[in-house]
Amino acid sequence: MRREIPLIITATVGIAYIIQYFIPHTPFDKVEALFSDWLSIIAACAIWLGALNLLKLSFLSVSKRKKDWFFSLVIIISWLTMALVGISEGPGFQEPGTKFDWLYTNIYTPLSATMFAMLAFYVASASYRAFRARNFQATLLLVAAFLVLSGRVLFDELIFGFLPADWKILSTISDFIMQVLNTAGQRAILIGIALGTVSTSLRIILGIERSYLGSD
Amino acid sequence: MNFWKALLAIDRRWIFLFVFLALAVPMFLNVDFELSISREVQGLYDALDKLQPNSKVLMSFDYDPPSAPELQPMADAIMKYCLKKRLRIIIMGLWPQGPIQANMALARAFADKNIDQSEYVYGIHYVNLGYQAGNEFVIQRMGSSFYDMFKNDYAGNRYEELPLMRGIKNFNDIDFSINFSAGYPGTVEWVQIAVDRFHVRLGAGNTAVQAPQVYPYYNSGQVVGLAGGMRGAAELEGIFAYNAETDVVYKDRGTKYMLSQTIAHAVVMFFIVVGNIAYFVIGRKDKLKTSK
Repeated sequence: MRREIPLIITATVGIAYIIQYFIPHTPFDKVEALFSDWLSIIAACAIWLGALNLLKLSFLSVSKRKKDWFFSLVIIISWLTMALVGISEGPGFQEPGTKFDWLYTNIYTPLSATMFAMLAFYVASASYRAFRARNFQATLLLVAAFLVLSGRVLFDELIFGFLPADWKILSTISDFIMQVLNTAGQRAILIGIALGTVSTSLRIILGIERSYLGSD
Repeated sequence: MNFWKALLAIDRRWIFLFVFLALAVPMFLNVDFELSISREVQGLYDALDKLQPNSKVLMSFDYDPPSAPELQPMADAIMKYCLKKRLRIIIMGLWPQGPIQANMALARAFADKNIDQSEYVYGIHYVNLGYQAGNEFVIQRMGSSFYDMFKNDYAGNRYEELPLMRGIKNFNDIDFSINFSAGYPGTVEWVQIAVDRFHVRLGAGNTAVQAPQVYPYYNSGQVVGLAGGMRGAAELEGIFAYNAETDVVYKDRGTKYMLSQTIAHAVVMFFIVVGNIAYFVIGRKDKLKTSK
């Protein structure tokens, strides 16, 4: 039954969603509403599950003095601080001026922005070492990247500013690459993904694909 | 080791230093420039401009602080414009941090000396419904009932107690939607569910990384306007500043950061060119040695 019940739930919900998409009327819309509410509840519980699991693993790491346990200690302190401050402030904990908002604005925001900003440095370094015109395809990629990079910044305005106002050479080429070449490629990928999603979904709903149930 | 080999083996900290200077120094410069406005940003502006005062605009903030340098200037500019135009704003987020980013945009809008905060009442002129877990299923459920997804707003007020929300049952009661998105869930999910299924008119602000995925939806008309990356933010600030009949200051961080991004792109391109020259010179020398 450990496998049959999840299979029945998956098939029921999947079929219900397909039917209500094509027939969005009673009773199918009611069924869809019910399942969507359940899904929101499950998603909210999953957030807690993830957060508590992170806390548990961090506690284990600290208690067993695993490698880099100090970082786990930072996670525990940060986790508890944000959670306790948020809970102590009640429903309006995210309002401007609260302690939670102060922590979010002055600690969380700059720290996470710093993490992301470091990408700029690593991308520059990696581009210098790896972005080579080794063959025709790589050269094509390099030229396209240069044109898009140039067109998306102020080169037209700063370098070709002497040209008439509507002569935006680099922007025009960049727009062409983004809107025509990129769109064509993206559509091909999207269609491929969509077909793959449909076939995988059908396999899951019909119980042919069972890997999501685990091995035991 | 000859010059070119030494150049290829340069310590990466030198590259970091150049990138740092390229990003930091322009922030202290005051260079004035007029950006050309792209068709997709013009589309976003036109869609907002056509709305009558008191039209209801749904803004979904689906990003977090790492993407804020690109998306927050867009949100700031659009928030200011919507407030000044007297549009009714409904804020929500599919990312937990989104509604807080929305509050930042509101705070910056109200900090503008030409927008009088006392004229805007929370619950009547704007509402922050907060975050709801469930990703695209939240959008799907909103198609039948906003109330079922947001029984309380961000501050804990009940949905039915908010005058702005009383007349809003589902997407049919919304005049325009804007999605600020940095990934999943975001613009793609809004298009696939809100636009395709519930015929919502959608505009989008995306990070430079995500924008290429959204272009197919823009070209097909499913997204009426699109601002992508820092350039999109700067263009938005530029178009609102140019077309505004008021004194509201729209040109802000997006425009300022553009110069940093321009110099940084130039530095990265310079290093790529130098790296390739070194690669070919060394390759050619090696070939000559082998042939001898």
